[in-house]
Amino acid sequence: MTVNSSQQSEILGHFGPYGGRFVPEALIEALDSLTAAYESAKADPTFAAELDHLHKTYTGRPSIITEVPRFAEHAGGARIILKREDLNHTGSHKINNVLGQALLVKRMGKKRIIAETGAGQHGVASATAAALMGLECVVYMGEEDTKRQSLNVARMKLLGADVVPVTQGSKTLKDAINEAMRDWVTNVDTTHYLLGTVAGPHPFPTMVRDFHRIIGVEARAQVLELTGKLPDAVLACVGGGSNAIGIFHPFIDDTSVRLIGLEAGGSGVASGKHAATITGGTPGVLHGTRSYVLQDENGQTVESHSISAGLDYPGVGPEHAYLSDIGRAEYQAITDDEAMQAFSLLSKTEGIIPAIETAHALAGAIKIGRELGPDSTLLINLSGRGDKDVDTAARYFGIPL
Amino acid sequence: MTALSQLFEKTRGENRAALIGYLPAGFPSHQECIDAVTAMVEGGVDAIEIGFPYSDPVMDGPIIQAAADLSLSQGTGAKEVFSTLKAVTSLGTPAVVMTYWNPIERYGVENFAHSIAEAGGSGVITPDLTIEEALPWRAAVKKEEINSIFVVAPSTKDDRLAQVTAECSGFIYAASLMGVTGTRTSVSSSAKDLVTRIRKVSTTPVSVGLGVSTREQAHEVAQYADGVIVGSAFIRLLQESQSMGEGLIRVRELAQSLAQGVRR
Repeated sequence: MTVNSSQQSEILGHFGPYGGRFVPEALIEALDSLTAAYESAKADPTFAAELDHLHKTYTGRPSIITEVPRFAEHAGGARIILKREDLNHTGSHKINNVLGQALLVKRMGKKRIIAETGAGQHGVASATAAALMGLECVVYMGEEDTKRQSLNVARMKLLGADVVPVTQGSKTLKDAINEAMRDWVTNVDTTHYLLGTVAGPHPFPTMVRDFHRIIGVEARAQVLELTGKLPDAVLACVGGGSNAIGIFHPFIDDTSVRLIGLEAGGSGVASGKHAATITGGTPGVLHGTRSYVLQDENGQTVESHSISAGLDYPGVGPEHAYLSDIGRAEYQAITDDEAMQAFSLLSKTEGIIPAIETAHALAGAIKIGRELGPDSTLLINLSGRGDKDVDTAARYFGIPL
Repeated sequence: MTALSQLFEKTRGENRAALIGYLPAGFPSHQECIDAVTAMVEGGVDAIEIGFPYSDPVMDGPIIQAAADLSLSQGTGAKEVFSTLKAVTSLGTPAVVMTYWNPIERYGVENFAHSIAEAGGSGVITPDLTIEEALPWRAAVKKEEINSIFVVAPSTKDDRLAQVTAECSGFIYAASLMGVTGTRTSVSSSAKDLVTRIRKVSTTPVSVGLGVSTREQAHEVAQYADGVIVGSAFIRLLQESQSMGEGLIRVRELAQSLAQGVRR
């Protein structure tokens, strides 16, 4: 089977039945302009050169890979290799997309960016790019998340961004996106919505994916160089799905490589308190795109639950929905407890404290490694570092602060 | 021809604009919504939009968000929306449902159009359905002979304006400004410009919504539009009133005042 999912995204950004645009007409002109600006940038070698220069001199790319044998002892002895996106400037993969879009903003001549954030990583990355390029930056963040991730709130403020706590609805990422979209509808002439994941209306799922493909492109070459062959499986955590699509996409045509997305299972999918959108959701429309959604019988979005603010989202990128339906990628749920055990394990065996989001991928690796055994090689996207999660983790493990 | 289309023939004949009032189903409660809509009609509102309360209303400002949250907390769903619609059309008043797309998709596109027609509704306003994604919906609407009403905005370019308005029947919903629903102190000048541009590409009646709350604003809009849509102003009166009795009186008074406004 040869599946090049990029061929699926035509002019309207469809991935099979998923994707598209479900937005107020007021935003169509902005989305068309953005699509045109992106297409022109893609065709312009100076844009690629500018972004490449930033990656080398600012982000710290290429990010390294690290083999983790002591961790792997707990994962069936499989060979486990981490792609270290946690070592990027600002501490996660989010900077890849943010720098790409910020360069586009400059090309479009806009002066103000808005962003949503859950864990705060995308907000921090956006605030960073805004400071670097002299843009005004407003970050919408659910009030609940501002409490869970107070360190990142302070970081964004130090970087000169305005952080607006969102008090509507579940007070988490979904509501931050609603509020950002309202701002965008109102200020679209002057403002770019720097969406942080591979969801939302076209062109975001395609464009954000393209900016993150560098993760998979680098990792594929690095693993080949280290091991002389492709990995048996590539694993990544999935909330909206940006780090996962970034590392999956360059492997899509390598059909021997299993692509495994780990969703946030919260207290367990059966409990109803989770954020495992593909595992436990149904097709629907949310935030401008058709994908899987956690929803009730009336099409109302159901609140998601996860210990990880960055995965606590009741939607998922449309390309993941498509990859799941056609069987090219698999999606499994990891509970809060499983994620926290893996968080602790990597910290204690390898001296790397991962983001709690990323810990879901590590918990998946423990399961898949045991399944595939010592002859297998697993590549894991270590999408972010855990400094921001020290409060949450200390509380979870009963460490007094 | 739907009751809504007949209304615009009538109001055009009377050289005035139609007054259209919006209220979300189940707000403040199922029966009180019907009572409030009845008061609006008694005060002179010509047609009613029943909102399908939705968990993620990105086109709505704080007033409608709060109303939708209250309604949803009481369990309002498709069943309640259609029974409210039926109650309104039973008054002999043309009525449509305004809903974000996902509740339609979840209910089933053909079934939704059918239930609208069955409740005597004239059509559906779909504020986040783009024409590119609307193929199945257009077929369903055509089959049930109800109106499909899309929203256009000041940012909509001329060529696209022609495409979107060609898909509208009943009326074209012109968003008066770039922004979300809510009351404003003045009607944006972009509303008149947008209606002028629509007139060049369509003969379908045009109604203006977003930010209209007073008789003076209604009068101003009625000079160039076929319909004036008021939502948040009615909701705010119900939210501010100490009792439902007081709320109904104030809603009726506002309707009377706006009804004078739409008469040129």
